[in-house]
Order: sequence, then C-alpha cells, then structure tokens
Amino acid sequence: MKAGAILRPAVILLLLALVLKPEWFTPVFAPLAPEGAPVIYARSSLLSLSLSHLGLVAAATTAATFVSVTLAILVTREAGAAFRPLSRTITNMGQTFPPVAVLALAVPALGFGNGPTLVALFLYGLLPIFENSVTGLSNLPPATMEAARGIGLNRWQRLIQVELPLALPVILTGIRLSVVISLGTATIGSTVAARTLGEVIIAGLLTSNTAYVLQGGLIVGLFAVAVYDALIQLEARIARRSGARKAPR
Amino acid sequence: MAGARHGVSHPGVLFAVLGLAALLVPFMTLAANRIVAAEGVMAWSVAPAALTIPGLVALVLGLGLGLPAARPRLRLLGAVLGLGGLLWLLVQGASGLLDGAGDYARVSPALGVWCLLTIFMLSMTDALVQLAPGPLARGTLLAAVLAALAVILWSGALAPLSVLQEYASRKAAFADAALRHLALAFGSLATAALIGFPVGILCHRNRRLRGAILPVLSFLQTIPSLAMFGLMIPILGWIGDSVPGAQAFGIAGIGFAPAFLALVLYSLLPVVANTVAGLAAAPPASIEAARGMGMTSGQRLLRVELPMGLPILLTGLRIVLVQNIGLAVIAGLIGGGGFGTFVFQGLNQTATDLILLGALPSVALALISAIVMDILVELTRPQAARAA
Repeated sequence: MKAGAILRPAVILLLLALVLKPEWFTPVFAPLAPEGAPVIYARSSLLSLSLSHLGLVAAATTAATFVSVTLAILVTREAGAAFRPLSRTITNMGQTFPPVAVLALAVPALGFGNGPTLVALFLYGLLPIFENSVTGLSNLPPATMEAARGIGLNRWQRLIQVELPLALPVILTGIRLSVVISLGTATIGSTVAARTLGEVIIAGLLTSNTAYVLQGGLIVGLFAVAVYDALIQLEARIARRSGARKAPR
Repeated sequence: MAGARHGVSHPGVLFAVLGLAALLVPFMTLAANRIVAAEGVMAWSVAPAALTIPGLVALVLGLGLGLPAARPRLRLLGAVLGLGGLLWLLVQGASGLLDGAGDYARVSPALGVWCLLTIFMLSMTDALVQLAPGPLARGTLLAAVLAALAVILWSGALAPLSVLQEYASRKAAFADAALRHLALAFGSLATAALIGFPVGILCHRNRRLRGAILPVLSFLQTIPSLAMFGLMIPILGWIGDSVPGAQAFGIAGIGFAPAFLALVLYSLLPVVANTVAGLAAAPPASIEAARGMGMTSGQRLLRVELPMGLPILLTGLRIVLVQNIGLAVIAGLIGGGGFGTFVFQGLNQTATDLILLGALPSVALALISAIVMDILVELTRPQAARAA
C-alpha cells in the first residue's frame, strides 16, 4: 500500500507529461530515432489521440456492459435458463477469435475508421463481462435471497435491490478485465485507420522510428496500468461498503 | 431437462426466427471484378428454381428439426441438414451466377450465408451441449467435421468462390504462410513452456522469487501487442548487427525473429502463473503422505504435484496457444509472415477476399486448437474429478 501511494501519482504525472508535453522527452527518445527523423510524434496531437482512444474504449465498454449484464440477467432467470449452456459455450469459443481477424472482417461491412474498432472492442468486451455477471448473479447467498422473498419483495425489486448490488463487485471485475484488454486491442484498430494511439506506433513501424513505437507503447501501457489500478480501487471501495452492510457470508 | 420434455427448445425457436430472417437478406454477391462493389443476390435466385428448392427445403427443415427440446439428436441432425442445404445453395450459386457474367466476375458468400452458417453452428453446439459427449466422442466429431471440410474444399465444388480464387492464385504463398503461422504459434508455445515450467517450479518453491517474477511478467502483458512487436525490431536488429554469428541463426530486425520473441514474452505469464497454480493445487494431505512414504522433493514433484496439477498446467498452454495464434496475425505487419500477411495486403488493397483468405484460417486454427486443448485438459483430469 505504501508503494502504491508513491507509484500512483508518479504514473499519473508521467502519463500527463507524456501526453501534454511530449517535447519534454526529446532527449530521452532522441537516441532511438533514426538520424534526421523527428523524435516526437507531431502529425496529430497526442492529447486528441489519447482522448479518441479512451473514448472508443469507454463507448465500447459501456455498450458491452449494458448488453452483457442484460443478457446475464436473462439467462439467470428461469425462462432463460435454456440459453445458459449455449451462452457459456459461445463466450468460451468467442474468446478464441483473433482480434485482428475480427477487425479486418468488420472492414468490408463498416469501412475504414473507428467503426470496425468499436465493433471489435464491443464484441471482446461482452465476453468477460457476461461471464462474470452470470457468475455473480448465480452465486448469491441463499439466506439473503430467502430473506428478500420473505419480506415480500417482488422479482423486480429483488433484482434491483438485492441481486444486482450483491453481484456488483464480480461484475466490476469483469468490466476491469474487459477495459484492460480493450485498451491494448484498440491500438490494433489503427491498422484499419481508427484514431487511437496505435497510430503513433504504426507510424514508427512504417518509418522504422523506434522513438515513435516506444512513445505510443509507453502511453498505452501507462493508461492500462492507471485504469487497472483505478478500477481495483473502485472495486475495493464498493466491496468494503457492501461488506459493511451485509452479513458475513 | 425433465421439465422441457414435451416443450419446444427456446434456443431452437430463436434460431428458427433468426434463420428465416437471414433468408431475407442477400445470400451471395456478384461483382464484375475483384475490386468493384458487388450486388446482392437472394437465396432463391442464385440458380434456377429446380436447383435452389432442394437447398431451401433443407434449410427450413433443418431449422424446424431444431425445435423439439427433448430430442437433442434430432436437433443435431437438423443442424447438419441445414449446413448441407447451405453448402448445396453455395455450390449451385457459385457456378450458376458465374455463367455468362464475364471472365473477371467474382461471386462471394454474403451476409445471409454467414448468418445462416453461424446459426446452424450455434444450433449444433446447443444440441451437443445437451448431449454432453465425452472427450473422445468430441475428438472424433471434430475429426469428422474437419474431414468433411477437407473433402468439400478438395473436391473443388466451391472453387469458383472468390476467396478460393484468391487462394488458387497464391497456393505456394498460402502454404508458406500456413507453415510460418504454425511455426510462430507452436514454436513460441514450446519455447515458453521450456522456459516457463522450470521458472514456475522455482517460483512454486521460493515465495520471494514468485513475488519478484510474477509482477514483471504481468507488466509484460500490459504492453500493447503492436508496441511489443515494434520494440523487438530494434532490439533484435541490434543483436543481429553486433553479435557475431547471430545473423547466421536468422536473428535480424525484421522477419521471423522479432515476432517469435514477442510471442514468447507474451506467453511466459500464463505458463508460469498456471504452473505455480497447478503445483499448489495438490492437497496438503497428499504431499504429507508422499513425505511420509519417504519421497524426496524431486520425487514428490514428479509423482504427486505434477500429475495433480497437469490439468491446470495444460490450461495455461491452451491460453497461450490460442492467444499466440491470434497475435501471430499481427506479425504480418512487421514482415514476420503468417496469415496476417494476407490480412494486411487485403486491407491495403481493400480486397475483401484476400482479407478472408487470411482471417478465416486464423479463426479456424484458433477454434480447433481451443477444442483440442479442452479435450486434452479433460483427459488429464483425474477420473474421480471428472465423474463429479
């Protein structure tokens, strides 16, 4: 915890500096750039690329969360139980699809740009969130459920007031997994012309400029670490709060 | 399943509705050449009615057979029948549409085909989940499906399809790419296992080492794959230039070596973490018993801890294999070869069929590997646990 208190602000400061004042790092990256080539990526601002990158991930994750939690609620009801084994197999097999293949296959349908990336991120986001939501919604303490029924809550009230809040920590873990995967996968989106930080890395690959590759990779990596950490904090806080209210399992 | 004995299968109803809807979107497309926009053709007009009707009947019958909830075998039969009908229509359409459409004309499967294919595969999966075949039956089934696929492709009945025309004009390159892709995925898996297993065993024995190594490996996983491939280029380029003899081993900044090394680095975390978890899975009582019998720590490892942890170890290898088959596609971007070469060429030329030529085999390879590894994991699980 002590190390976290120092590392966390350091990561965030480094990230902000890399995005907002990339020119500060010219001496660091200069040895990596080919002679005479630009050291700092300047074709578009790193801030706007970062925002677009994060925006794509956020939009895809929000949509994926909404859809997969809804689906998880449906298959954990009695009426949807027939879909449960099937949905498990689909999530299991769906995760094996190579991300680049999914991106590339979306291009003929959606054209180049942000569209295919959004679709691919959405599809990859569904799987971990759905799996965790089903786990969360099916492993509820029976005593609590019995009590909820006993005090006369109807199905809808039980879902909103009891089941979802109890499953929330597990669902959040799924969202965290999905966000971290999406942050990395979004860089690949730039191979089909999405505006993400992958653009910087690809520009580096095409001109053999390692400075660009490192810059793009470092920013995406730091974003992943920072977001991962932030979501862990959020989970811990929510778990603590619901832990204080509910009886120990 | 007792409650659903006489009812209709809910997934079956969903598949039937979606399947009928998929018949109302274009089934195939016809284009004047490889690049221009294509126009859609509906399922019933891909060939003369006498030829399309048997296929359409099979499709609808297949969807219908998927309905009875208590008859998984019938539902499986329905899915197979549906896939047969789909294939029949494709074969008729592939030759029928090309007749008199010009030398450069291309026919491709369209949205309808892909939707129906997905629906019947899902319906087959649903029936299979219900039948719950054992690992050996699943293996036989997979082999049968692959054999059928091979016969269909080999017979040339689908050869007029655009994606197979792309294949026909690049047979040698495709074989190269396939070999390269397999070498990247399996070679990096083997290397990661050779390094990862001993490291995992050391980490299992030494808590401090575990605390030091696992975070480093997790950090490696957060590096975006594109950047990882990019960073390997200068590092290996430098080694190739400055270490005498390194280039003779093929170590250079572009090509196979950087892609291979990147894949190995990504593979280490799942291998090491699952080795540690697998070795820790042996119950303390068994270890105590082994110690009581006078086994040395090496004997305990080989006879108790490894056999008990094998399913978890193999699960780690499954994760790595599937992940590397997917990541190896990116190698195409840095000249590492593999199916990614076609994907990126296709993207550059906006040639959908070329994209498919790279993407479909990668997807198939990943799926097959996942199924085979799942079977292996289940076979290594102790009998008692499997029955429970």
